[in-house]
Amino acid sequence: MFHKVMGKEFMGKIERNPNGALSRRGFLEGAAGLTFALSIPGALFAPRVALADNAPGAIGAWVTIGADGAIVLAIPVAEMGQGSLTGLAMVFAEEMDADWSRVSTTYPPVKPEIFGNPIFGGMMVTYGSGSIRGYWDKVRLQAAAVRQVLIQAAADRWQVPLSELHTEPSLVVHAASNRSMSYGEIAGFAQVPATMPTIDKSALKKMADYRILGKNTPRLDIPEKIDGSALYAIDVQVPNMVYATVLRTPVEGGSPEHVDDVAALKVPGVLKVVPLKNSVGVVAETIEAAFKGRSALQVSWSSVPTDSFDSTSGLKEFLGRAGKLDDKGVSYVAKGNVDDAFAKAAKVMSSQYSSEYVYHAQMEPMNVTASVGPGGDSAEIWIGTQGVSINANAAAAMLKTTPDKIKLNQFYLGGGYGRRSPADMLPEVLPLAKAMQRPVKLIWTREQDVKSAQMRPMTGHQVDAALDADGKVTGWRHRVVGESVVAYRGTEKALENNKGLDNIVLEGSKHEYGIANQSIAYLREKRGIAVASWRGIGAGYNKFVIESFIDEIAAAQNKDPVAFRLELLKDEPRAQAVIKAVVEKSGWGKAVADGHALGFSYAKVVETYVAAVGEISLDTKTGIVRAHRFWLALDPGIVLNPDSVLAQTEGNVIFGLSQTFKEQVSISGGQVQQNNFYDYPVLRMSEMPEIDIQLMPTDNPAKGIGEASLPLIAPCVGNALFKLTGKRFRALPMSPERVKAVTGV
Amino acid sequence: MAITFTVNNKPASVDAGPETPLLWVVREHLKLTGTKYGCGAGMCGACTVHLDGKAVRSCQTPVAMVAGKNVTTIEGLSANSDHPLQKAWLDLQVPQCGYCQSGQIMQAAALLAANKNPSRDDIVRHMDGNICRCGTYPRILRAVERAAKQGA
Repeated sequence: MFHKVMGKEFMGKIERNPNGALSRRGFLEGAAGLTFALSIPGALFAPRVALADNAPGAIGAWVTIGADGAIVLAIPVAEMGQGSLTGLAMVFAEEMDADWSRVSTTYPPVKPEIFGNPIFGGMMVTYGSGSIRGYWDKVRLQAAAVRQVLIQAAADRWQVPLSELHTEPSLVVHAASNRSMSYGEIAGFAQVPATMPTIDKSALKKMADYRILGKNTPRLDIPEKIDGSALYAIDVQVPNMVYATVLRTPVEGGSPEHVDDVAALKVPGVLKVVPLKNSVGVVAETIEAAFKGRSALQVSWSSVPTDSFDSTSGLKEFLGRAGKLDDKGVSYVAKGNVDDAFAKAAKVMSSQYSSEYVYHAQMEPMNVTASVGPGGDSAEIWIGTQGVSINANAAAAMLKTTPDKIKLNQFYLGGGYGRRSPADMLPEVLPLAKAMQRPVKLIWTREQDVKSAQMRPMTGHQVDAALDADGKVTGWRHRVVGESVVAYRGTEKALENNKGLDNIVLEGSKHEYGIANQSIAYLREKRGIAVASWRGIGAGYNKFVIESFIDEIAAAQNKDPVAFRLELLKDEPRAQAVIKAVVEKSGWGKAVADGHALGFSYAKVVETYVAAVGEISLDTKTGIVRAHRFWLALDPGIVLNPDSVLAQTEGNVIFGLSQTFKEQVSISGGQVQQNNFYDYPVLRMSEMPEIDIQLMPTDNPAKGIGEASLPLIAPCVGNALFKLTGKRFRALPMSPERVKAVTGV
Repeated sequence: MAITFTVNNKPASVDAGPETPLLWVVREHLKLTGTKYGCGAGMCGACTVHLDGKAVRSCQTPVAMVAGKNVTTIEGLSANSDHPLQKAWLDLQVPQCGYCQSGQIMQAAALLAANKNPSRDDIVRHMDGNICRCGTYPRILRAVERAAKQGA
């Protein structure tokens, strides 16, 4: 009877019990303690429940325990397939010593002061592979405090010293008197202190004592994802709602100047056409009418400087700048004396690398539903977002109100990969909802999603190595040219505050190779393109550059690329371990099939150590590269849920191959040229390799795995292609046309 | 004019323009939201449903075309989420973000209904029109093979 009661407007609850596929169908029988039921047939909408304050059974803000022993954890991470909803729940349950089979989760209310991620300024956000590593200590300390309250309550009830008690899963045990009490029982009478007890970190469980962590644990969200019952924001049904879509400016920053809406308004069902800051909204009784109305709009847009931008000539300019060494840019790493190392070098090697704009292509097109209160100073929002705090704060700012007037309902995300962090849908949906005085469900067409892509920046690189007479690398210089994600997604001020260094663009540009003199510099471009975080962020291209160039240096000295790296990484035992493991697993150095070749790459990404070997072949006639097999070894520290790490790593290989071979957004006249999956293809099943992964957990804090392996894939392929053809592939993507151009066939 | 057909063996009647994509009829008119909008161009397979037992892209199927026919969506694939494919999907922990998975399962179910013992190539060829951006293809393939073995 200790389940929480939810917001009055919406009735329903999704339980996430790993032992049963409870879904909307299972509502009534599964939710015995709930005070509500779905009463409207077909009203399938049930948001993830927000725990109310001070509800019965609440032990602190994070957990509620029912008399029947059911445990509901408030887990403040967006679930977009990366598995950290389950992962973080496992961490909590482990430290609380909960019976995992009784655990389900809910999304907490927007209270960053309680639920914020310490590594992201205390905001409730889910990005940067930051959920487990960010909440690792915080959640364990919270959970330990809950356990402490339960033990204390039992001690008081039995009048025994605290020191005589221990816990078994969901049970407090007094061994001396052979008594035990379940957590559910205790929750019924426990006096929860106004302030939860403070736990010392040294009292937290050790890896050797884990019951839950480290074991394969079915993900809590999967039962709902096999029968259509999982709810994404696009599935929201709100009483009295209308539908909307937008036609957005074809060039970032443009505004509608003249809107001819005559034809759009003639489409049956279209209710209203509303010019917005950077788009024109079409509101209709049905989504099909809204889409049709959008197609009928005639809009002219204001001109902006970006109108003249072209990505083909732009990339040439980026590369030209990368090569002009007197243009210093902003120094990111300055170690030793690089100028001296290059002046004294017996040999200098230089190469230029590049990457194109790439699009997230998340399967769920951007969408949001909102209603604005009659006074215009409150709102309810239904969204699947990586940026809960960002959206709640932005909505409050836009409505000139306080965040407590914004109710945000979080849903599953149909792919995130960095796309769903900002509040970029609110400047559209809030004015529309206000204009209509009805809830508005706004859905972008796929074409709009492509045309308004926020992309991983296009980059140009120059990388130079100084070598002494023995071939030892004495100097390393890497210059990264591209637009700023921090400035676009954040503010100019944020970039200034970081001394002009864009930590998203530069991510992954540092490496562990023990080179005495190094410089890494950022040369910022301002072209007005919408640039964003994308799975793997900067590491996606920076590791391509580093791992390809290290391979070049090894090849120039006729050294085995693995042996060469091991020498440079002699002080990095965790790197050595993953490299040696993948070498052994893959049979590196042994013969492969005719026309096939192996490539190697290593990197530490989001503090996870990864090594990869890939086997490829090339159809010289078509320029199509086939990836046959990939072997990877990973050390992310403690592995929470091994099968989930394997799943993420498989996804990294597939996603990584997709960006290696296929993905490119081209821009002409400031406009994205692609439209849909027919001209922005992504990897399909027939193109996937076999994947063989070895997890090598170590007793180090758990680090990110959702994007750790992706950056290794492109250099692995490029290095294998070098072995096969003797040519270097320095531009992403390695599309068939480019491969043919490089091989000269 | 109302268009009448059956959805998951129940009669349905909707008042929608004849050219309205079945996708929107199923999702927004009938509130069966397991079927997903991915591309609206028949390129991704997220909207896959069965029309008289055959897999079709509901975004490319005008509702007028289904008059008098039987539509099956993911919600109607099995009574208790226990189709052999769904069991295999659960066992092998296939979904990640999950958005494409209704379409993947419906696409695979049409294959197994027609071919009890598909080869790996048969499966890949049949499934190649369904995009999974998260990259769950290896597990989809294994799950279809497992379901076939267990007699879907």
